[in-house]
Order: sequence, then structure tokens, then C-alpha cells
Amino acid sequence: MSNVSTTEPRPKGAVAEKLASESRNATKAMLVEFWYYFSQNRGAVIGLTVFLALVVIALLAPYVAPHSPDMQYRDSFLQPPAWGEGGSATFLLGTDAVGRDILSRLIYGSRYSLFIGVVVVVIALSGGIVLGVIAGYFGGSVDTLIMRVMDIILAFPSLLLALVLVAILGPGLTNAMIAIAIVLQPHFVRLTRAAVLSERNRDYVVAARLAGSGNLRLMFKTILPNCLSPLIVQATLSFSNAILDAAALGFLGMGAQPPTPEWGTMLAEAREFILRAWWVVTFPGLAILITVLAINLVGDGLRDALDPKLKRS
Amino acid sequence: MSGDVILKVRDLKRDYVTKGGLFKKESTLSALKGVSFDVERGSTLAVVGESGCGKSTLARILTMIDPATAGTVEIDGAMIDISKGKISRELRQKVQIVFQNPYGSLNPRQKIGAVLEEPLLLNSDKSPAERRDLALAMLEKVGLKPEHYGRYPHMFSGGQRQRIAIARAIMLQPKLLVLDEPVSALDLSVQAQILNLLADLQDEFNLTYVFISHDLSVVRYIADKVMVMYFGEAVEYGTRDEVFSDPKHSYTKTLFAATPRADIESIRARLARKAA
Repeated sequence: MSNVSTTEPRPKGAVAEKLASESRNATKAMLVEFWYYFSQNRGAVIGLTVFLALVVIALLAPYVAPHSPDMQYRDSFLQPPAWGEGGSATFLLGTDAVGRDILSRLIYGSRYSLFIGVVVVVIALSGGIVLGVIAGYFGGSVDTLIMRVMDIILAFPSLLLALVLVAILGPGLTNAMIAIAIVLQPHFVRLTRAAVLSERNRDYVVAARLAGSGNLRLMFKTILPNCLSPLIVQATLSFSNAILDAAALGFLGMGAQPPTPEWGTMLAEAREFILRAWWVVTFPGLAILITVLAINLVGDGLRDALDPKLKRS
Repeated sequence: MSGDVILKVRDLKRDYVTKGGLFKKESTLSALKGVSFDVERGSTLAVVGESGCGKSTLARILTMIDPATAGTVEIDGAMIDISKGKISRELRQKVQIVFQNPYGSLNPRQKIGAVLEEPLLLNSDKSPAERRDLALAMLEKVGLKPEHYGRYPHMFSGGQRQRIAIARAIMLQPKLLVLDEPVSALDLSVQAQILNLLADLQDEFNLTYVFISHDLSVVRYIADKVMVMYFGEAVEYGTRDEVFSDPKHSYTKTLFAATPRADIESIRARLARKAA
């Protein structure tokens, strides 16, 4: 009983403070562990660095870009990059057919790409989670209905479906994003449903039900947090997919409209100069490649870091 | 004496129907074929049987997870029937369960404090500070420390997790606790600790236990009454001493014969048999 006598005279605030710090330590320990497994994968760390650099560039675009993305320099059409024959240090990566600086346009374009990725993933993820949790949790005819609709969406070639949707909604960046989100959504629904199905009958869910949790609380508070790992991985991969699809739509003239410095749209505008001026297509293409590669590497690392945790619990 | 009976089960049946498909007929599996028993307040009924004999089905019906096909269950004077609508708060507070596997029964993303407070949050109107104090008091009662309050389940050993599961189950001060093989996933020394903890808690809260097990030595230690089940039927039901000293049914006899004995007398007898 000596234990009780030492703890009782202590003021209540001190106990609460101690508990709070202990709780913070537990959270911190989880994060440290996560970072340990993530940093084991060198590619993932490189990918994360590139991605963070991209985010910084996108945020600071007006300060980083040497020129305005829409400024046309009439005396230097299709000027090669600085190291090429006839290039100048004013336009590091050269200019396009109407004399705009490609580097500045790429820098401003990164804003669009990241914006597209974020918006598409948020729409697809939230819709996919809600539908997937409902399908997995309730099962039966609700499940069948939702999953068959998703199967139908999956049966279309994704880009073709996105094209059709854009054709219905009208061309433009917003509509392209909505279309891509709808195309990517079934993957999230399937993944969520599968995870919910495997968690639904675990003992801790039954225990929470016995404690009096209602359906909503069980679905989103008890089960969902345990299904997040595969979803996070899928979200990163979809992020890069969204950028690719948006670029493809832009290339086909259905996405962002000129003169928006979106990477895919830039490629589309440069189509006719592919043979004469290699830099107008190469650099936007490289930008897409590097971004998508970096994000995919991060997704790979996330999978490594999150998966063993699932097995351990 | 009948006023002391807290759990009254009469003729309980449960059928599982497997849906017929294209090439097979619909078939019915009777997991429970009419089980009746009484449990008195503050006592322990041990349910023993091989796997697949309906023990866990019984536990799920008693804890209102699954409905019964036929028969009645009366807990503390109230009939339970979950086929009609939701269970009321008061009823829920009467029965709780502790599961066999301490690794699956705690939400990996929920800190221990939240685990213990969840039943209170959902079933009472206590303030956060009150809930925390109750949770801390309960942690101490089951032999854990206050600093465990903010930790995640994966930071605990199996025995500690089972203590947490027990603490969660008695947070609502239930009258009846169903223990579904609570110690069979633990090693021997931890088993003894958990069994002692359960005995202490039973004295303190006047709990009634329905203890499901296949381990006869554990049953002999904790039970007041024993029910032996065999293929969905209660083949033997009586006080511990009755059942252990004078088993009536042939299955019970086989079961006792199959239990390895480690006391010196029986080892000597076995060696003597071997030498002969």
C-alpha cells in the first residue's frame, strides 16, 4: 500500500501531465519505428527528397522562376538550352515555339501537377473509403451492388473512360480531375472492402460492439484505422497515376487548356516541333517522369514501412 | 436458493444453416442441442469439452453476440432476446466477455486508456476526468501501472494484454463475465497469475463467471460447478467434486483419462507399470 500513499498526495495536474507525456512518448515511439523502417529503403528516401524539393519549388514558384510563364520573348523563338548551340544563359532550358521560357513554365507547371494529384487522391480516397467500408461492413446485397458497379467501371480502359467523362463534362482541368478521380476510385473501394472484411470479425471489433459501439463508430473509428496501411500506399501510387493521366488528357487536348503551363499540355503544344526542337518535348516529359518515379519510390517505401506492422499486431 | 440464480438457461438451441448452392443442398448444423443450466451469483461454472462441441457458440449467445435459435436465457431476472432490436444499456452492462486470444482482442490502434474508457464513454455520462480516474483505478486493480495508460497494445506481453482485456470487461461492473478460454493462449506461470487475478476480482466485485476451457487442471482450480459438453449436448453437469470424483458419462471418463498427470504417485505408478 506504500505505492498508494506516494501517489495520492501529489496534485491532480501533475498526474495528468505525467500521463500525457507518457502518451506522447508512445505516439513518438510509433513514429520513430515507422521512420526506421521507411529509411531502410534508400530509394524511398531519395524519392521523398525529390518530392519535397518539388513541393518547395511549387510553393515558391514566383520567387524561383527566372521569367513569367506566359511572357513571350519575340526575338527568341525555339531557342535551344543554354549548353546547346545558339543557347543563352537567359533561357536555361531553352524556349518554346512562341518564345516562352521552358524552365519557368515547368516550375509553374509543378503547381498544377501537385494540385491535380492532391485533389484527385482526396476525391477518390474519400469516396472509395466510404463505399468500401459500407460494402465490407454490411455485406450482402449492398456489397454486391457496390462491387458490381465498381467492376463495371474497372472494365473500361481507364484513360478511355476518363476521355468519355471529359467529353460529357466538357474539357478543362477541373473536369479532368473529376474524371480521373472517378476512374481511380474503384481501386480504393476494393482495397478498403478487402481490408474491412479481414478486420470485421476480429475479437476487438466484437469487444467494441459489446461495449456498445454503434455501426458508424465500429466502421470508422474501430475498423478503419486498422485498414489504413494499404490505403496509404495505394494513395501514393494513385497520386502519380493521377499526374500521368492528367498529363495524358492534357496531351489529348482534353485536360488543362493552353496557355496553362501544365506539363501534359506543354507536351501537346510541342508535338509538331518534336523533330526540329528536341528540348520542347524532352523537358516536360522528364519532369513528369522524375515526379512520378519519385512518388512511386515513396509509395514503395511506405509499403515496406507499413506492412510488417500489420503482421505484428 | 432460487433467488441467488443469476443466469438461467433453458433448452438453448442454436442451428447454423449453410446455404445451398448450385450443386449442394441446404444443410443444418446443430451447434447446441438443448442445453439447460443455472449459475448462482458469485460462483463459477466451468464449461468443458473438445473443440467444436459448442462451447464458443454458447459464449456468443450468452454475451448477446449471436442470437439463439430456440430456448431462453435469463440474466439477473431479465430475459435476453437480441433477435428483436437493440440491447439496452442496462442489459449490456450485465454481461461482458474475455476472449481467448489476447493478441486479437485489443484494437492495435487504440491506446490502453482509450480501450478502458470506451465502455464508459458509450454507456455512461461520466466526464473525461472521471473516466480517466476510473480507468487508472482499474489498471491498478488488474496489476498494471498508471504509465501503461497511454501505451499501445503491441507494447505489452500476452499476460499483460489479457489483464487489459479483463479490465475492459469489468469496467462496466457487469454481473456476469464469460471467459472464453482466457488462459489457454498463455504460458503456465502467467496462467496462474491470471487465474489468481480472476479469483481476486470475483471476490471483490462479486462476479459470476462462466469459464470455458478445455484444460481440466485449470477447471479443477477455479470451478464451483462443471458442465461437460459433447457434440452440442451437456452430458454431465454437477458440482466440481461430483464430476471429478464420479464421472457418469463415458465421454467424461475418457476426458479425465486423457489428462496427463504429473503428480509423483501417478508417475510412480506409470513407472511400475512400465517395469512390469
